[in-house]
Amino acid sequence: MMNIIGRLQQRLQPLVPGKGLITALPWFWLALFFVLPFLFVLKISLSEPQLMQPPYQDWIREVEDGLVTITLNFGNYMMLWEDDLYRGALWGSFKVASISTLICILIGYPMAYAISLAPQYMRMPLLMLIILPFWTSFLLRVYAWIGILKDNGLLNQVLMNLGIINEPLQILHTNIAVYIGVVYTYLPFFVLPLYATLIRLDNTLLEAAADLGARPLKQFISITLPQSFAGIVAGSMLVFLPVMGEFVIPDLLGGPDTLMLGKLMWTEFFSNKDWPLASSLASVLLVVLVIPFVIMRHYEQKLADREQ
Amino acid sequence: MLKRYPLLIALLVLGYAFLYLPIISLVVYSFNESRLVTVWGGFSTKWYVELFQNGPLLRAAGLSIKIAAINATIAVVLGTLSALALVRFRRSRGHASLGVMSAAPLVMPEVIVGLSLLLLFVAMEDLLGWPKGRGQITILIAHITFSMAYVTVIVQSRLSHMDKSIEEAALDLGARPIKVFFTITLPMILPALGAGWLLAFTLSMDDLVIASFVSGPGSTTLPMVVYSSVRLGVNPQINALATIIIAVVALAVLIAAISMYRQELKNQRKA
Repeated sequence: MMNIIGRLQQRLQPLVPGKGLITALPWFWLALFFVLPFLFVLKISLSEPQLMQPPYQDWIREVEDGLVTITLNFGNYMMLWEDDLYRGALWGSFKVASISTLICILIGYPMAYAISLAPQYMRMPLLMLIILPFWTSFLLRVYAWIGILKDNGLLNQVLMNLGIINEPLQILHTNIAVYIGVVYTYLPFFVLPLYATLIRLDNTLLEAAADLGARPLKQFISITLPQSFAGIVAGSMLVFLPVMGEFVIPDLLGGPDTLMLGKLMWTEFFSNKDWPLASSLASVLLVVLVIPFVIMRHYEQKLADREQ
Repeated sequence: MLKRYPLLIALLVLGYAFLYLPIISLVVYSFNESRLVTVWGGFSTKWYVELFQNGPLLRAAGLSIKIAAINATIAVVLGTLSALALVRFRRSRGHASLGVMSAAPLVMPEVIVGLSLLLLFVAMEDLLGWPKGRGQITILIAHITFSMAYVTVIVQSRLSHMDKSIEEAALDLGARPIKVFFTITLPMILPALGAGWLLAFTLSMDDLVIASFVSGPGSTTLPMVVYSSVRLGVNPQINALATIIIAVVALAVLIAAISMYRQELKNQRKA
């Protein structure tokens, strides 16, 4: 008897105020409002659409008293597999996300590296300048690019006045505009974690290399770059993962041939009112993102351990 | 060190130009007389006058500010608890799963979060009768869920870089843990809580995608109004709105920077 009570107490411990409650409160909030909803996405993705509210059929239905039928509909997934549109969107999202991540690395690494080498008193202000755009509205910053990139926009005017081009370039509503918008929006997400890694690097190795006569470029390639690898991966994933499902940027800056999952899901949901199909798109996206997420966690853990 | 690498300095400057030119262009064209945003027609503040006569936009802004403020307050409480659990109670039940659950919202595409929460709310209404329909409450719950993850990151990093010896001393002298938390830990992490609150507020003010999924009739937020206007093309009123937001943010950052600088000076004098 005592044993059972003891075990029960152990079980209930997370619910007892104090230590347990501190973990339990955010835990239950996230379990209820972040994890549980995914089960509903899976459930609805296996149901059939109907012209009613809500616009899907429950696959568990009571036919007569006590008699229950379960009808699973895999049609949505079959359609995603067979229709070129959806495969194209998955490929399109992957392409935009990986190329943008690469460009973020190319632009962001020198910036983070330069800030980490700057004199102490300048680092904070320089870092603030990276974060600052992030605090002003994301939607409005994407909007700013419409004014710059459109046919009679700022960029075309400048280029024409300089005599570099004679006719305006069509940039807005193309994939180039999407790349510009994505890199612009997500650059700070890459720079910040990378800077945090670079600033904590062990300088003794560099000093040793310098003493042994290694040139600065050699020092960078053989010491700094490999040591900051975990930071590069963690920062890259902060760009890659959300861009895979990005909606606003392809919608406002992209054109008819910009095929991306987030935009397609939005159309299926809001324009076509096809909740089951939108849910199956979301499920596919979710499964695709598991591997990069695990990679990100692995490297974040590595960075956290390094700090201990 | 940096001085020795002019190429690196040039890349840094270019990077900042890339980040700030679009913002500057937004501000400049908000003062343009001409409706054609790209043709300069002389200085004018008429778009600001029109902005303040735009009833639907102002109502949406009011609603967004209200949701953002409540969201930020609740997100700071939950996010701080979560950070404490992650940094201090590594052995407690659910530690690993809490770590995953609070890292995932940071990178989860918004369309997935929005759709999944909507389906949850529909199912809850069906089973429990709550929440009745969708509107401010559902937007608030959705915003708290992703904002608290950001607060967790900020507070977590502050907590893990904090000197634990003062807390340990207080505990050794017999102070109860709850007292130690309120008299020592909390004041030390207060700047992080402030930054977390502001970030949660901004994230909520800025969210279009998730709110579009979980809002109902009559609960139109500011980003939804901006989005439907922007889809139709460039509108100088939106430039005026952007300029006001940028001015508020710049002012807040300036005040924060000055107060931090003063604090620094005070600390130096003491030392």
